[in-house]
Amino acid sequence: MVPLNHYLILSAVLFSIGAVGVFTRRNALIIYMCIELMLNAVNLTFIAFSKFLNNMDGHIFTFMVMTVAAAEAAVGLAIIISMFRNKETVNVDEINLMKG
Amino acid sequence: MMLLLAAGTAAGILVATTLIGPKKEFADKMEPFECGEHPIVSPKLRFSVKFYLVAIFFVIFDIEAVFLYPWAVIFKDLGIFGFVEMMIFIIILAIGLIYVWRRGALEWQ
Amino acid sequence: MEILIPTIKLATIYPEIIITTFAILVLLLQVFPTVIGKDYLGYTSLAGVILAAIITGQGGASGEGGEAIYSFSNMWVVDNYSRFFKLIFLLGTGLTILISIKYTKDEGINNGEYYSLLLFATAGMMLMAGGTDLIVIFLGLELMSISLYVLAGYVRKRLISNESALKYFLLGSFATGFLLYGIALLYGATGTTSLKGISGFISEASFGSPILIMGMLLLLIGFGFKIAAVPFHMWTPDVYEGAPSPITAFMSAGPKAAAFAAFLRVFIEALPSLQGIWVDIIWVLAALTMTIGNVIALVQDNVKRMLAYSSIAHAGYVLVAFVSTDKLGVASILYYMLAYTFMNIGAFAIVIIIGGKGEEKINLKDYTGLAYRYPLTAAAMCLFLLSLTGIPPTAGFMGKLYIFSAAIKSGYVGLATIAVLNSVISVYYYMKIILAMYMKEPESSVQHSPLVFTPAMIIALGLAVYGVLRMGIFPSAYISMAQQSYLSF
Repeated sequence: MVPLNHYLILSAVLFSIGAVGVFTRRNALIIYMCIELMLNAVNLTFIAFSKFLNNMDGHIFTFMVMTVAAAEAAVGLAIIISMFRNKETVNVDEINLMKG
Repeated sequence: MMLLLAAGTAAGILVATTLIGPKKEFADKMEPFECGEHPIVSPKLRFSVKFYLVAIFFVIFDIEAVFLYPWAVIFKDLGIFGFVEMMIFIIILAIGLIYVWRRGALEWQ
Repeated sequence: MEILIPTIKLATIYPEIIITTFAILVLLLQVFPTVIGKDYLGYTSLAGVILAAIITGQGGASGEGGEAIYSFSNMWVVDNYSRFFKLIFLLGTGLTILISIKYTKDEGINNGEYYSLLLFATAGMMLMAGGTDLIVIFLGLELMSISLYVLAGYVRKRLISNESALKYFLLGSFATGFLLYGIALLYGATGTTSLKGISGFISEASFGSPILIMGMLLLLIGFGFKIAAVPFHMWTPDVYEGAPSPITAFMSAGPKAAAFAAFLRVFIEALPSLQGIWVDIIWVLAALTMTIGNVIALVQDNVKRMLAYSSIAHAGYVLVAFVSTDKLGVASILYYMLAYTFMNIGAFAIVIIIGGKGEEKINLKDYTGLAYRYPLTAAAMCLFLLSLTGIPPTAGFMGKLYIFSAAIKSGYVGLATIAVLNSVISVYYYMKIILAMYMKEPESSVQHSPLVFTPAMIIALGLAVYGVLRMGIFPSAYISMAQQSYLSF
C-alpha cells in the first residue's frame, strides 16, 4: 500500500504547479486550468486523508468541491467568452483598462 | 521489485521497437489524426459558440448525478425521508431546466 | 445497516428557505413574463428580503434567552451572532435592491437574473454566518462568490465590467483554492470538519503539528483575499471600479461582512489554541491594510476607485478589533459592520445618482458645486463621508471609538495608535469630495444634466441617513445588541 505521505507530497506538488502557473501564464484560459489543477490537488488531499483516517467526511467534501468547481467552470468560461467577444483577446496582460 | 519489472518491460519494448522496427516516413503518418487517415478539414476549424452552451449545460446537469449515486446505494435504508429530500433536489434541478428552456438557450438558431 | 437520520429543525433555516424560494421565483417570473410585469421584479425580491428579515428578527426557532440552537448534526446554528450578521446582510441586500431599480432600467439589465443572483448571494452569506462546519461555510462562500462573479460582469456590453468580472473570477477562485487546501489540511490534522470538533481535538491532542499550522496559514490567506486585506487586496480596486455601481455597493457591504463572519467564527471557535500565532499575523495585516488602503486612496480622482481603497482601509479597522479577540472586540466588529453597511451603501447611492446613465460622471470634477444645485443631496453625501471619516455625531464615529477602545483594553495600544493616525490621513481624501461639493463654484463650461430621483432611491437614501444618524446619536441600543450577540458564541 502506498503510504499517506506520498499522496500528500503529490498533491502538494500539484497544488504548487497550479499556483505557479497562475502567476506565470498569461492566457486567461490556461490560468483557469491551473486553478482547476489546484482544486483537484485539494481533492486528492481530501481523499487521501479520508482513506487514512477511515472517515467519510473527506469524500463528502470532495463531492461538494467537484460540483462547485463545475459551477465555477460554467461561470468562468462564460465570463472569458464575453470578454473575448468584446475585446478579441484572452491575454491578461492586454486586459488593463483600469489603472491607478 | 514489481515496479522495477514493470518499468524495465516498458523501457525494453520502447528500446526494442526503435532498434529493430522498420522506419518508413511518409506524409500521412505526420498527420494529426490517427491511423494515417486523411483529414477532411483542418482541425483548427472554429466551432460555433452554441456547442459551448450545450456543453456547459451538460456539465452542470451531469455533475449533479454525483449526489445521486450515494443516495441510490443506501436508498432502502433512507426510506421515505431520503426519497422526499432527493425529490426536492431534483425538482430544483428541473426548475433550472425549465428556466434554461424558456430562456431560449436550447434553440439552435 | 441502520442509518441514523439526524434531527432536523427546519424552523432554523426558514429565512434561508425564503430567500432561496424568492430567488427561484424571480428567476421563473423572468421567463414567464405574463404573470407580472418586469417592473415588479425588484419589488418582489424586496418582499422576500423583508419577509426573511422579519423571521430572522423574531429569532426563528431560537429561544428567548438567545441560547444557540444547533441543528443538522451540529452543522448549523442559530445564535445571536449569526442572527445579527444575517440582519446586516438582509439590510445590505434590501438597500441594494432599492438603489438598483432605476439603474437596471437605465442600463437595460432589468432582468430577473440580476435580482435572483443578488438573492442567491444573500443566501450564501447567510450560510456563511450560520455554518458551524467547514463544509457549510465553504458552500456558502462559493454560492456567494459565484453569484458575485456574474453580477460584477452583468453589464456585458461594457468592457470594464467584463474586465472586472474576469479579474474577480480568476483571483477569487485562486483564493478559494488556498482556502480549500487549508481546510483539507485541517481535516487531515484533526479528522473532522466541524468547528467544535477541531477545537476539541487541538486542545486535547499534541498541539502545533506542522500540518495544522500550515492549514491555518492557508485559511488565513483564503479569508484574507475575501476580506481584501493587504497584501491580498490587488483585485479590489479594479473589481470595484468596473462592476456596476449597485453591485459595488453590495460587494463592499454584505459579502465583506459575511467573510468577516466566517473568518471570526472559524478562528475564534475552532482555532483558539493557536491564537498565539494568528493574532500576531493579523496584527501585521491590520496595520498594512489600513495604511496602504488610506495612502493610495489619497491620490485617486475617480470617486468609485477612491471608495474601493477606502473600503480596504475599513477592512483594516475591523481587523484591529479582531486582534483583541475578546467579547468587546467581536461586539465592536458587529457594530462597525452594521454602521458601515448604512454609510457605504448610502455613499454609493449618491455615486449612482450623480453617475447618471452609463456611469460616466464618477470623477471628482463631477461633484464640483453640487451643494449649489442640489443642497440636500450634497448634505446627505457629506453626512456619509463624515461618517466614513469617523466624525461625530455619526455611526462611523461610534464604531471607530468602540473598535479603538476594544484594542486598547486588550493592550494593543500600538495598533490603536496606527489606526488613529490612519483615520487622520483619511480625512484628507474624504474632505476632497466635501470641499469640491461646497467650496467650488459649479463650472459653467460643463453641461449638467438634471439628476433623477426615484421614490425607491429616496427611500434607500432616507434609510441610510436615518441609520447613520440614529446609530451615531443613540448608539447604546445597538451596542448592547452587539454585545449580546457575542454571549452565545
